[in-house]
Amino acid sequence: MTTTTLANKTLEIDAEGFLKDHTQWSRDIAKELAGQEGITELTDRHWAVVDFMRKEYEENGDGPSIRKLTKESGVPTKELYQLFPKGPAKKAAKIAGIPKPTGCI
Amino acid sequence: MKKLVILGAGLAGTMMANKLRKSLDKNVWSITVVDKDESHYYQPGFLFIPFGIYTEEDVVQPKQKFFPDGVDVHYSDINKIEPETNRVLLENGENLDYDYLIIATGTDIRPDETEGMKDKLWHKSIFDFYTLEGALALASFFETWKGGKLVLNIAEMPIKCPVAPLEFVFLADDFFKKKGIRDKVEISLVTPLPDAFTKPVAASKFGDSLSKRNINLITEFSIGRVDNDAMKIVSWDEREVPFDVLVSIPTNMGTRAIERSGIGDEFNYVPTDRHTLRAKEWENIFVIGDATDLPSSKAGSVAHFEGDILFENFMAVVEGREPEASFDGHANCFIETGNGKGLLIDFNYDTEPLPGKFPIPGIGPFTLLEESAMNHWGKMMFRWFYWNALIKGKELPIDSHMSMRGKVVPDEAEFVGAK
Repeated sequence: MTTTTLANKTLEIDAEGFLKDHTQWSRDIAKELAGQEGITELTDRHWAVVDFMRKEYEENGDGPSIRKLTKESGVPTKELYQLFPKGPAKKAAKIAGIPKPTGCI
Repeated sequence: MKKLVILGAGLAGTMMANKLRKSLDKNVWSITVVDKDESHYYQPGFLFIPFGIYTEEDVVQPKQKFFPDGVDVHYSDINKIEPETNRVLLENGENLDYDYLIIATGTDIRPDETEGMKDKLWHKSIFDFYTLEGALALASFFETWKGGKLVLNIAEMPIKCPVAPLEFVFLADDFFKKKGIRDKVEISLVTPLPDAFTKPVAASKFGDSLSKRNINLITEFSIGRVDNDAMKIVSWDEREVPFDVLVSIPTNMGTRAIERSGIGDEFNYVPTDRHTLRAKEWENIFVIGDATDLPSSKAGSVAHFEGDILFENFMAVVEGREPEASFDGHANCFIETGNGKGLLIDFNYDTEPLPGKFPIPGIGPFTLLEESAMNHWGKMMFRWFYWNALIKGKELPIDSHMSMRGKVVPDEAEFVGAK
């Protein structure tokens, strides 16, 4: 079992650094996770995506694909890649404290 | 009369029509099949067409040949499925009522989903090989091509047959070597994935196979647009890869009828129970093959294994029992690596492709995750099995559930570099 300490909390993570229990997440934890991914500041647009990821996970038990993110979060694909460079679905899921979306196979 | 309607007569739909017609009493059950196309395509064969290994005749047969007696076939596009009223509306104006529905409508390429893909260079310098027309157009292009930058790009995951892009670049390497112009062809595989494949052990193996053949691997590249004038693909984060010929695996999506019916996800795939294969929302609808949203490969072998499970569960449900057969995500794929050799992978939802022998432990005759001539012959023989056994729903000597027998679990440390 791997653990890490974020925002003064000891948290269980998987081999790729995704939180094992999304209920332990907080906005302070998100900020530290973002830092690890090279995102120094979480703007309102970042939060819009992170909140959408968490809502999706709570409703469907899985994070959304990029296609679904674009279609339903109101953030266009181009901007998603600016906010979360390289892999928006994967990075935003990690910061949102949910497991890696199964679509990111 | 009870009515079963099967939408789609590709491998999955045709196979189910054959299996179920044998078991459902003709005096009690009618079976109706709907498909827009009168030709059946052996899709695994499209890969070989650009390299002159197969021709059109090798991959096309009339669908009619494969339907059993006692099945009513309608050749028409589907307009809409109405699950609330148990009805399917066809483009030709007919309406079909059903008691049970099997959705086997597959997946299509959608080059129109990427800006500039289906523009002035489409089927001139930009090709697909997931359609017969695309594969044939590429074959004639390669006949006279003198060399340059060959770029294979996967637009977006998931795609049908996730090993096909690898096979394509392996075969291209072999093809241009034999033509004597390999030194004039630069081959690149450009993928949105972080690796050469979706699963770590196999990805590491394939990564080695690519570098051995001097094939460039460009990862985490999500295509945003194609620049037809500058002949380059551009990612959403503004990275650029120039090409002289672009071979694209465009976005794959389920049929538009699923979208029109409002019963699919963002890719027009139908949310399906990953074990029972029943549609999540409707008890009298089953889904099979590429049309599902399951986290398994979209491949003929998967449809075949699902067929066994779906058959059992369908019979259980119509007889008033619980659907207890459970699909495990089993996939089994031969991978051409060129020069008369091939690889074989066997995996499921929980177990990634591992090395070993298949199907008999220690003996084979097939070798998992290692190149061998026998694996190549397995792939070549598969076409015969497809036309003569698979499509007719006959049993194959492989269990529908994946087996760990004969597989070797590698030391985890050996593959730390894989991710």
